[in-house]
Amino acid sequence: MKKLTNKLLNWLNAEDTSVFDNAMELKMQEPKEEKEETVEQRMRDRLHIKDEVYSESETKEVKVLRIIYRTLAIILCAFIAYNLLIAVSWLPRTGEFDKPVNNEVSARYIEKGLQETGAVNIVTGMILDYRAFDTFGESNVLNIATITVLILLRRNKKKLPNEIEEKENDRLLEPKNDVILQKAATFLVPAIFLFGIYVILNGHLSPGGGFSGGAIIGAGLILYVSAFGFEKTEKFFTEKTQKVISLSALLFYCLAKSYSFFTGANELESHIPLGKAGAILSSGLILPLNICVGLVVAVTMYTFYCMFRKGEF
Amino acid sequence: MGPNLWANFGEAVSMILFCIGFANLLLHKNLIKKIIGLNIMDSSIYLFLALKGYIAGHTVPIVVDGVQSVDAYINPIPSGLVLTGIVVSVSVTALMLSLTIRLYRRYQTLDLDEISKRLKKEGL
Repeated sequence: MKKLTNKLLNWLNAEDTSVFDNAMELKMQEPKEEKEETVEQRMRDRLHIKDEVYSESETKEVKVLRIIYRTLAIILCAFIAYNLLIAVSWLPRTGEFDKPVNNEVSARYIEKGLQETGAVNIVTGMILDYRAFDTFGESNVLNIATITVLILLRRNKKKLPNEIEEKENDRLLEPKNDVILQKAATFLVPAIFLFGIYVILNGHLSPGGGFSGGAIIGAGLILYVSAFGFEKTEKFFTEKTQKVISLSALLFYCLAKSYSFFTGANELESHIPLGKAGAILSSGLILPLNICVGLVVAVTMYTFYCMFRKGEF
Repeated sequence: MGPNLWANFGEAVSMILFCIGFANLLLHKNLIKKIIGLNIMDSSIYLFLALKGYIAGHTVPIVVDGVQSVDAYINPIPSGLVLTGIVVSVSVTALMLSLTIRLYRRYQTLDLDEISKRLKKEGL
């Protein structure tokens, strides 16, 4: 009796197909073949739907309107270009020193920047010290863009069973074991990561900084994924990693810069040493802030790639 | 026309690029091409800002040998503005491309006219 109920339950849950053995003829489904007539019929139906249901057929009025629209658009663009060129022709000459752009603000950044921020690279000192609030907003813009892309493109895991097949298809489409790509990536990826870390850490000494270094590291991660597949990256980069890295970097940026702004605005003594100009460990908060920005940018680049490619990490 | 059009040919090129991008936005029906047009407009603005900060004969704003004179370095402010612009452009492009992917999944086309026609038919 128990055996029978077990068998029945198995059959109900479709776990055991042995009951069908010899009782049913199981055959693979053949691929669907279409005759020429049916294809013609289908195309005619499509045209019919296009014309009657959606009324997308090109009437004469639509064509005339389209021509008028295009000519008007070109005339508008030419008009805007003419006006902008007139404005450009009255601007001060390029490369001249005496123009209103070179005012006391940039003079202050150049003359006092090294003493006030400790950064040899004046642009980095400007964007991460004088205008650090602006850079904080930029990092937040990147984070918000990541969140919206996640909302729009992330695949719902519980939704449909046929989406699992789609995912498997993506994995099949990956160039697995592509020897040339893998050999190249073995050499290139560590070099790219090292170069990105160098650019981030030397942001206050040489050209570069958090944004460019983060973009380089993100490109290295994307190369790694394309060479070795998502199975390798899942081990160290999941959705949780993205959340933790970007949010903690933004939080640290916010707290550190709040301290600096608070002490600066109230003329209190700041406990952050500026260090000796030109050394790696110098210029106060600029190095940690560069690292934060670089982490946010790298994570954002990689998340964009994953979302556009597959819809999940 | 003013006197400085030939001296400012870089700015003139950036303005023409801007208008090419704008024409792309107006003339193309394909959403991806519209996004490319917007990116051309962004790039033209970076070119314009970089040229506005340039001073002939001056070097990049990185302090060398302790020289801290206005006569030695170019203006650092437009460089910072270009940085901001690039970040915003990347974010906006990613957002627009993901919206385009959603539209394509819903309507199976990238043609904006066709999408708006179907929207009208659906009563939205």
